[in-house]
Amino acid sequence: MDLPTIWFVLVGVLIIGYAVLDGFDLGVGVLYLVARSDEERRIYLNAIGPVWDGNEVWLLTAGGALFAAFPVVYATVFSAFYLAMMLVVVALIARAVSFEFRGKLEGPGWKKLWDLCFGVGSLLAAVLYGVAVGNVVGGIPIDASGTFTGSFLGLLNPLALVCGLMSLAMFTMQGAAYMCLKSEGELRERMRGWTMRGWLAFAVLYAAVTLLAIFLAPHAFEGALANPLFWVLLVLFAVSATAVPLSRRRGRDGRTFLASSVTIASLIGLAAVGMFPRVVASSIDLANSLTIYNSASTPRTQTAMLIIALIGMPLVLAYTAYVYKVFKGKVVFDEASY
Amino acid sequence: MDPVLLSRIQFAITAGFHFIFPPISIGLAWLLVVVEGRAWRSGDPDYVRMGKLFGKLLAFTFAVGVATGILLEFQFGTNWARYSKFVGDIFGAPLAAEGVFAFFLESTFLGLYLFGRDRVPKAVHWFSILMVAVGATISAFWIIVANSWQQTPAGYAIRNGRAELETFWGAVFNPSTLPRYFHTLAATLVVGAFVMAAVSAYRLLKNREDEIGKRGLKLALPWGLAAAILVAVPFGHWHAVQVAETQPAKFAAMEGLYTSQEGAPLVLFGLVHVEPPELRAKVEIPGLLGWLAFGDPHAMIRGIDAFPADEVPPLWLTFVSFHNMVILGGLLIAVMGWGVLQLWRRRLFESRRFLKLLVWVVPLPVIACQFGWVAAEVGRQPWIVYGLLRTSDAHSETVAAGEILFSIFLFGAIYCFLGALWVYLMVKEARHGLDPALGKEVTA
Repeated sequence: MDLPTIWFVLVGVLIIGYAVLDGFDLGVGVLYLVARSDEERRIYLNAIGPVWDGNEVWLLTAGGALFAAFPVVYATVFSAFYLAMMLVVVALIARAVSFEFRGKLEGPGWKKLWDLCFGVGSLLAAVLYGVAVGNVVGGIPIDASGTFTGSFLGLLNPLALVCGLMSLAMFTMQGAAYMCLKSEGELRERMRGWTMRGWLAFAVLYAAVTLLAIFLAPHAFEGALANPLFWVLLVLFAVSATAVPLSRRRGRDGRTFLASSVTIASLIGLAAVGMFPRVVASSIDLANSLTIYNSASTPRTQTAMLIIALIGMPLVLAYTAYVYKVFKGKVVFDEASY
Repeated sequence: MDPVLLSRIQFAITAGFHFIFPPISIGLAWLLVVVEGRAWRSGDPDYVRMGKLFGKLLAFTFAVGVATGILLEFQFGTNWARYSKFVGDIFGAPLAAEGVFAFFLESTFLGLYLFGRDRVPKAVHWFSILMVAVGATISAFWIIVANSWQQTPAGYAIRNGRAELETFWGAVFNPSTLPRYFHTLAATLVVGAFVMAAVSAYRLLKNREDEIGKRGLKLALPWGLAAAILVAVPFGHWHAVQVAETQPAKFAAMEGLYTSQEGAPLVLFGLVHVEPPELRAKVEIPGLLGWLAFGDPHAMIRGIDAFPADEVPPLWLTFVSFHNMVILGGLLIAVMGWGVLQLWRRRLFESRRFLKLLVWVVPLPVIACQFGWVAAEVGRQPWIVYGLLRTSDAHSETVAAGEILFSIFLFGAIYCFLGALWVYLMVKEARHGLDPALGKEVTA
């Protein structure tokens, strides 16, 4: 594997890490909109309270890694998605501060405000994640000089919008599966219900996205079908996606969550294999696409970054695993709770 | 409107607002390492309560810092695409390293610190706040590496129309990285100490017997004094010497030196008149500038007239922000020094006027940090990368002025709201466990 390929994989891993981990935070935030009582909302918040911040770092690090490894992609995509990026940031700010602000003052209006910020912020972020992926896979207008020539409204095309709904369903499933692990009794039962609803919606939207992609983004399948990795991931995806409702029915919450996580990971993996070696497709002419080669930083930078990743990421995984272990199990309120 | 100017305004607002919070977080985190260490070793319930109180203030400040920091990570790409393409081979690496080595560490362990008090052994709990402090300190390092490379680029070669990495360590330890890092890091400790001192003083004003207040002052004042001195000597001095050597135009603008001369004076005060550049009503010490910057009172120092007109930074803002930073820095040393003296004379807790002063001066170290940052970044103009790339050649060409204007209003409004709420709730939290009506402590 050459360096650009390694970095394609590593950025992909960071994006998958974000989708799996902050995916359940966002999903919990979406489900928060249908919570029934204040006590229930506190369970939601405390279920993700100790870990959400670390989960969001996956996104920041993915952004930094993209900048370092493929600066042309970082510059082109982020400026092309200008208003969309600003919306993402507003959504993430709204979520982040709601945690801290919500419990600080009494009064129903105050709590309602932050509840709304938290829920809507999560929902918006979940949708925009899919919209962004949909555009990157489906292609955005990039001319021969590598300049984006489209508009904000152009980003809201059918494929991207259906992708946005799919990621909303996917994260709702993930969030509900996580909440099953964190809640008990009646709330857990309802979360089991939402896992199923999320899964059903996801399955339907996944089919729609695939159909649309075959017609609108045929390039995503060109090289992929001949790639054995594509088929391995497809089998993994099929098995894990089937395992979600099966383990849910048996009441195996841990397995359901694992299956849901693998479903998300393998789906993003499939998209990545379809894209490779392109990072962003051009909808004007595929030859204008940004690839891992024409947008890469120098081998020296990619090597230095690889050393940083090899030293840093095992540590990150180790202490993240430790912290998850400490907070394993159902939510119990104590003095530190929100 | 000019998209470059708009993007600059947006960056100034969003980075300036963000930069209120990390110094407080870093400073408080290190103070908490001490507080929690004492709570753990002695088991003293007052230290435990103190840890919980300041831990909450830290959590709260950290959250706003993280929330406002996300935009900064993205903003180079959204607003400064040409810059990102030009420097991406070098500038992205420290940002990614910050994520891998710092953001994960501080965020993950902050969760453990805040929610794990009763779930993990006491040693692990203390270790978690230590890791928050270490992570925040590493984070400061990498972001200053990135920014210092803009000030004094090194370890690169210009190829393929962009700056490409030649030596990693050369770029990381470029000439300004270390002086700027230590100067800034010491400043964060000052900010943290003033926040702890203000909260403690406030509590003592409400309740003369408040143990958290007493312990807070005993810890924060000597700590703050030491850090405030370090900010100036040796680190501030070191940084100024480095600017004189590596960024002479910025140095001349900071010091108000408009004509090249030997035996240049150190200007203590002056009113900047821009066209033609001159200082009015100035107070100066002859020969001191050369001695401070080059160890020779007769050194020849280049003034603004030695540089082409299109390579000169804005004179007024650079001079004013630099001098205000220095004046505030001196004032902060004086406040902390007086506090330590009173502490030593055992009169501190009774001098209500000074306690009130401690409460009201708390914005000053934050403002001093802002001035320092403005002096550093405005003094770098007209370059976005000193000597290599002009700010006017660095923005995103595909983003329309209207879009930027929209996001300026959007974030302007959000940040005003957040800032006001943050101040209000910090004050409210600082009162935690106090019952002013009774004038004595009540348990939480």
